[in-house]
Amino acid sequence: MTTTDPDHGASQPVVEMIGIQRSFPGPPEVEAVRDVNLRIMDGEYLSIVGPSGSGKSTLLHLLGLLDRPTAGTYRLDGVDVRSLSERRRSMLRGERIGFVFQAFHLLPYRTVLENVALSMLYRPISRRDRIDRARATLERVGLSHRLNFEPTTLSGGERQRVAIARALAAQPTLLLADEPTGNLDSGNADTVLDVFDKLHAEGLTLAVITHDVDVSYRADRRVRIADGTLTEQWDDVPTPEAAT
Amino acid sequence: MKFRFGLRDLMTEALAGIAARPSRLLLTTLGTVVGVAALVSTVGLGQTASGQISERFDQMAATRVVVEPDEMEGRDGSIQATRLPWDAPDRVGRLAGVASAGIYAQVDIERARVRGLPIHDPRGTIDHDIPVVAASAGLVDAVNGVIGTGRFFDRGHDERGDDVVVLGRYAAERLGITRIEAMPTVFIGDRPYTVIGILDRTSARTDLLDAVILPMGTAITRYGLEAPDALEVRTVLGAAQLIGQQAALAIAPNNPSLLSVTAPPAPSSLRADVSTDVNAVFLALGGLALLVGGLGIANITLLSVMERVAEIGLRRSVGATRRHIAGQFVAESVMIGFLGGLIGAAIGVFVTIGVAVVQDWTPLLDERLAAAAPLLGALIGLVAGTYPAWRASTIEPITALRSG
Repeated sequence: MTTTDPDHGASQPVVEMIGIQRSFPGPPEVEAVRDVNLRIMDGEYLSIVGPSGSGKSTLLHLLGLLDRPTAGTYRLDGVDVRSLSERRRSMLRGERIGFVFQAFHLLPYRTVLENVALSMLYRPISRRDRIDRARATLERVGLSHRLNFEPTTLSGGERQRVAIARALAAQPTLLLADEPTGNLDSGNADTVLDVFDKLHAEGLTLAVITHDVDVSYRADRRVRIADGTLTEQWDDVPTPEAAT
Repeated sequence: MKFRFGLRDLMTEALAGIAARPSRLLLTTLGTVVGVAALVSTVGLGQTASGQISERFDQMAATRVVVEPDEMEGRDGSIQATRLPWDAPDRVGRLAGVASAGIYAQVDIERARVRGLPIHDPRGTIDHDIPVVAASAGLVDAVNGVIGTGRFFDRGHDERGDDVVVLGRYAAERLGITRIEAMPTVFIGDRPYTVIGILDRTSARTDLLDAVILPMGTAITRYGLEAPDALEVRTVLGAAQLIGQQAALAIAPNNPSLLSVTAPPAPSSLRADVSTDVNAVFLALGGLALLVGGLGIANITLLSVMERVAEIGLRRSVGATRRHIAGQFVAESVMIGFLGGLIGAAIGVFVTIGVAVVQDWTPLLDERLAAAAPLLGALIGLVAGTYPAWRASTIEPITALRSG
């Protein structure tokens, strides 16, 4: 495996970060992310590993347009997002990025189908199409038999698959997962990671943020973040912490 | 291009939001319910009471509606006229609020004279210049007439055109008839009529007391009466203004403007005087309850915003703008207010009707008030929801998603 897959590398990168910096005003001022340069090519499966407090959540928020960098350039799908208004950023986020959270963030009292359709609510898609696409996406993650269940009645793995379906239904160019297996036991975690593998095989661009090294090895490219600084992990040998 | 997140989507999301906790929803609406119910029932009872109060001043004037044919100049300068139909009492009788109705007409008996005896007196001393009028069976009740002795004629006499008369009290005195057990006869011209009753008093159209009263049917067959002169309507208390508005249309649907309707003025001056103190107290209480209700909605919506921080974050992450978030919370509180107003208006209407039934009054309520009450509730919800919605819109998606 290489850093840039030649099959997809011909097109422009989905994510291009140049000299990204994010500091939180003090006192004391905290530099959560400093001088990050990151490219994610179309169809790539990237994992970002780091211990808690390393700045990986901040990086996720920057990648997901939930936060603005204090310095540097970020191009998503070739669009420089720094100059965009808050409203345009919200719309771009809804169109291009699918989020998968550790805590699932499914709405209680709403059915699985409604939860998935929610991801298209703020986009110019008719109600009928939203429902149809939600149903089709739930089929893709193997949950056709749970359409009208409420999330509280599902297992953790099923809930995370609903959340993945929700992220996918809007047909994003980038799927961002934040500790997707953090709340799951190993059996459920495996099913979720298998879904990721399948989606990757279908050509989706994925970025998974995790502190779990085993999870990170499922990706075909790994970067490590520590103290706000990003480094590429070149070793392809599945041994934890190649600290050479 | 299709709109993003249209009105229907907004409504669906807001409804799902408030329906998630039905018991809390009911508690939240309580303040608005109480306030709107207090306002509606206070105004309703005020209107109902003022309808009854006129009874004490002048019951008759407050319940009498008179309809007469009128003339109108047409567009081409011709005079348009209309006649009262014979079945006018039946036509207005179908209106809610009509107690009784009857028609009245003066009868032209040409040179004939009314006499108590069948004798031609050359000197004319026993001839009386007594007017002859015709009435339908319902007239005596419509003018609050009281029969002193005997009876008034009924529909049967009217329809058959029987040769019977009822004498007004003064007419009976002039004819020297005081008792009717022996079935006395009066003569109009040469034709005999049996006297079946004497009208003792009426509270309207007192000229009946001076007259010989024929059944309408008899006047038609004997004297070729062409149309009634007037329709007398007695309404239930408080309904006179309403009937005044409706009567012409009920009688002559094709050209109601050709009828002249006389109805008593609305007792607004009475309404103003009576029970204003009581009204002021209740209105103040209702206003206070609405204020508390509004604060309640604001409070609960704010609590709901804090509880649903994760949901807000999620919505932001799937592309909702600040405006979308604020819109949803405002829509939720408007719905809560509207619902409270709706329930409150219904309770207020039922209280008004209930009190009216117990007191044997006619319930009166301006229907615009009942329609406006839910809108008042919605307005309160709008005002109450503005601050929580603004708070919700300022929540940063990062903080929102970190929790939970």
